[in-house]
Amino acid sequence: MSQPESAVADAQAGDRGGATPMKGESLAAFAERHGLRRSIARPALPVYLRQLWQRRHFIVTYATSRNLSKYSNSVLGQLWQVITPLLNAAVYWLMFGLILGQKDKPGVGGNYTAFLITGVMVFTFTQRSVLGGAKSVSSNLSLIRALHFPRASLPLAYTLQELQQLGWSMAVLIAIVLVTGEPVTWLWLLIPVALLLQTLFNLGAALMVARIGAFVRDVNQLLPFALRTWLYASGVFYSIQEQTKGLPELLRWVLEVNPAAAYIQFMRDLLIFEQAPSAVTWITCVFWAVCALIVGFLYFWLAEEKYGRG
Amino acid sequence: MAELTKERSQVALEEGKAAQEVVRAPEKRGKPTVVVDNLHIVYRVYGAASVHEKGNAANALMRILRRQGRPQMKEVHAVKGVSFVAYHGDAIGIIGRNGSGKSTLLRAIAGLLPPTKGAVYTDGQPSLLGVNAALMKDLTGERNIVLGCYAMGMTPAQVREKYDEIVEFSGIDEFVNLPMSAYSSGMGARLRFAIASAKTHDVLLIDEALATGDREFKRKSQERIRQMREEAGTVFLVAHNLDVIEETCNRVIWMHKGKIKMDGDPDKVLAAYTKN
Repeated sequence: MSQPESAVADAQAGDRGGATPMKGESLAAFAERHGLRRSIARPALPVYLRQLWQRRHFIVTYATSRNLSKYSNSVLGQLWQVITPLLNAAVYWLMFGLILGQKDKPGVGGNYTAFLITGVMVFTFTQRSVLGGAKSVSSNLSLIRALHFPRASLPLAYTLQELQQLGWSMAVLIAIVLVTGEPVTWLWLLIPVALLLQTLFNLGAALMVARIGAFVRDVNQLLPFALRTWLYASGVFYSIQEQTKGLPELLRWVLEVNPAAAYIQFMRDLLIFEQAPSAVTWITCVFWAVCALIVGFLYFWLAEEKYGRG
Repeated sequence: MAELTKERSQVALEEGKAAQEVVRAPEKRGKPTVVVDNLHIVYRVYGAASVHEKGNAANALMRILRRQGRPQMKEVHAVKGVSFVAYHGDAIGIIGRNGSGKSTLLRAIAGLLPPTKGAVYTDGQPSLLGVNAALMKDLTGERNIVLGCYAMGMTPAQVREKYDEIVEFSGIDEFVNLPMSAYSSGMGARLRFAIASAKTHDVLLIDEALATGDREFKRKSQERIRQMREEAGTVFLVAHNLDVIEETCNRVIWMHKGKIKMDGDPDKVLAAYTKN
């Protein structure tokens, strides 16, 4: 029934002839002699990257399918991808623009509607990627326990899903920017660069919170608060430059180099202020993208073999 | 690389056939394909608070103060020190009561559940015949076929090649254009089995796939499993239906409360199991 009997079972298996463990040979050594490998070992980094690349079709299809399935039960369907951020922007416009009077402050470029919506759309992209990433492993345990694939596919697919949604939001954003009287400039050619950098950052962040969320479920309760604090600190509905005058330099600096604020600044420079992003903005945006991606990816990969346990 | 795999599966095919013919002559057993070495699996289950532990905030606070673990998180010691060696050409049936650790053992062999202690060594990548978790009920059968195939690691060319075969085998016809939530449970099961069995494997793990569908489909799926067994080097089969085990397997492992109670010829083990 217990250990002795399973040893008996081994002995029985051993009686079968052919290749059997030799006397005194451990099963591990026996397995090695026959070239068997541990079935759950973390692949080396280059192998892992290659496996991810091989799974690209799965990642894309999974992201698309999730997007399709998400709104399949609502009447307006895919339209919600655009309506939700617009409704959010409308609430903020009412609260911060009208009631708290940010609308006519300097530093918003004289076009508060475009200023606000740009901020909301850009921040929402990061916010949703992080929220999705945190759940990407923990809510897909059954998938992880059923099939083999590099687990980083999941946070990757969730980030991609948000990127697909952003496509719609960007179209609306650009329409609003044009309607509110901003001209089309050559700077708009940099929009894909801005989105690429932000996507890389989001991916890194999603990978990081995916690992944390996989083992500490409480993160899902905590994250919304963290993200809301981040939202208020990132100058989505006010100009950090103007609003923080008189505060300690260090605090102002921290607010301005925070990744969300940097990506918002980058996009506003292109769409509203019609100026090339400053060197500081460039450096901040690239720095966060590269840093988050490398750190997030390594951090996620290091726990690759543990994700099934939940 | 691809050619090598092909060659290997060709070899596996021939050896598999050979092994089938000598099913009752175990001395001709080949190379080991799976070695399970003193395997322990503990996994966590969330949200399993019992009735008398009320889940309110005051209790949660008290637990933290008393340094007790969360009641919602239970650890399940599902497999407790299992060791065995499986050989090329083996078709191993795993039997046992509900909760005896059969499915967990299978998942551990597939490398999907990390061992808490001990190890599983395999030749090639064992795959579980199960794709259900990747499918989405709100999407059409068509999209789910593509999604499921990609989830199992197929290439676009392979998906195109297998698509018609999957639709045909599942027999869902025009329902393929409807969301899976509109399917009857039998239809859903048929489609899932058709997708899952569309791929060839080195070491194949089958978990209760046979209990679904009508008589016609049962016959078809048993035929398909027999085919897959010939293609794969080693097959593990979990089933409650002992007839299936008796027909398909040349070795049976009896799991009881996370341990191996008996391991050997189907006749002997099944006789002991039914007597129990």
